[in-house]
Amino acid sequence: MRLATPLKAWAQRFLFLLLVAAAFALMLLGKADIALIDRARTAVQDGLAPLLDGLSKPIATVNGLIDYASELASLQAENEALRQKNQELLAWEAIARETAAENERLRALLNFVPDAAVGHRSARVIGDQGGAFVRSILVAAGTLDGVRRGQAAMTGEGMVGRVVSVGKRSARVLLLTDLNSRVPVLVGEARHRAMLVGDNSALPDLMYLDDGARLAVGDYVVTSGIGGVFPQGLPIGRVAAVEDGVAEVAPFVDWAHLEVIRLVDYGLPGLIEEDGEASEGIPTP
Amino acid sequence: MRQSLLHRIDLWARSLVPFALAVLLVVLSLSPVRLPGFGAIAPWLPLIAVYFWSAHRPDLLPVWAVFLLGVFCDLATGGPLGVSSVTLMLAQVAVKSQRRHLLPQPFIVQWSFFAVFAVLAEVVLLALNALAASTLIDARPAVFQALSTIAAYPLFAWLFSQAQRSLLRVH
Repeated sequence: MRLATPLKAWAQRFLFLLLVAAAFALMLLGKADIALIDRARTAVQDGLAPLLDGLSKPIATVNGLIDYASELASLQAENEALRQKNQELLAWEAIARETAAENERLRALLNFVPDAAVGHRSARVIGDQGGAFVRSILVAAGTLDGVRRGQAAMTGEGMVGRVVSVGKRSARVLLLTDLNSRVPVLVGEARHRAMLVGDNSALPDLMYLDDGARLAVGDYVVTSGIGGVFPQGLPIGRVAAVEDGVAEVAPFVDWAHLEVIRLVDYGLPGLIEEDGEASEGIPTP
Repeated sequence: MRQSLLHRIDLWARSLVPFALAVLLVVLSLSPVRLPGFGAIAPWLPLIAVYFWSAHRPDLLPVWAVFLLGVFCDLATGGPLGVSSVTLMLAQVAVKSQRRHLLPQPFIVQWSFFAVFAVLAEVVLLALNALAASTLIDARPAVFQALSTIAAYPLFAWLFSQAQRSLLRVH
C-alpha cells in the first residue's frame, strides 16, 4: 500500500499545518489555566520526580565536596568573621526577646486576634530551572506530604517563591524572579505596600507602590500577608537600586545553593483549594 | 513468521532511538547542577536532536514526534505550553528543506548551518514566550542560550552519530 508521492507530500504538509495549529491552540489553552493541562503537568512532574531525585543525589555529593574543598582554604578567616557576627547577633537576640515579650503584653492588652498557626515542611530540590524563559524548580514533596498550591517556599535566608503546581510526590515552585511571579510586600520601616514583580532577571521590580512612598537603597522587603496566602513578615530581600521611580530588589536567597527548601504551611482555610481554584472566600465545611 | 515478527519489533525499537534519546536529554537537562545562573543559559538540547535527525534520518523523527517532544519539553520545564512544539517543528521544516545542500558538507559547515538555525530558533522562542506572557522579555538569556546551544552541538552531534552508527545501520 503505497500512496502516490504528491499525495503523500500533500498529506505531510497538511499534518504539519494541523500540528502547528494544535500547538498554538495549546498556547491559548495553557493561558486559560485549564484543569486538564494542570493535570498533565503534574503527571509529567510526578513521573520525572523519582528519576530526578536519583540524579540529584550524586550531583549534590559532588557539589558538597567542591564546597568543602573551597571552604577549607578560607576556614580561619571565616571563623573570625563568624565569631564577630555572633557577638553582634547576641546583642540583637536580646533586643528581639525584649520586643517579643513586650509585643505579647501589648497584644494581650488589646485582645489582638492571633495569626493562624504556621507550620513548615522541608523538601529537597530535585529539578533545576528549565531554560532561558522560565524561573522555576521542582521539589520532592507533593500532596501526599501536605504540600498545597500557593504555599510560600523559603530557605534560611529568605523567600524563594511559591508553589504553583502540586503532584502526588512533587511540586513546582515558581521563583520570585519569574515573569509570572507576583508577591504582595511591605517595604522599609514605613511599611509601604507594593507588589514584587519578577521579570526573569536576577532583580525583581517593585510595582504599584503607595503614592509618595520614599524608598532608599537597603530598605528591607518582607511579605505583607495581604491576600491571606503568605504569612506576614517573611523576609524577601533589600532594595538594590531606585532609578526613575522603579525600584529593584535583591533577594536574600543564594540561588546557587538551593538544596533544601522549606514550604510554609499557612493559607487561611478555604482561600486556596486543593485543585487550585479560588473559592468565594467563604471557608467550605 | 516468528523470526520476521521479532525482526519487525527490533526494527521498530531501533526506530524509536532518536525520539527516546531526545526525551532523555530533556530530562537530563533538568537535573540541578547548582552552578549560579546555569539553568538560564543551559543549551537547549532538543534543538540539537531535531536538527541532527532531520538532516541525517528524517524518517526516524516524524513531525508528530517533534510535536510530542515539544509538548513534553514544555510540560517538564514548566514553560508555556506549545511554544517549544512550534519552534521545533519550524526548525524541522527548515532543516528538511536544506537537507540536500547540507548533507554532503564537511562537519564545520554543518555546524555553521546549525549556528544560523539556533539563532533563528531562539528568536522564534523569544517571540513566542513574549506572546505567551504578553509582555516584553529580556533578550539576554536567549542570546546566551543560543551561544551555549551552538557550543554544545559538536558533542551531541557526535553522540547521535555514534547512536546512528551502532543502532541504526541495519536499515
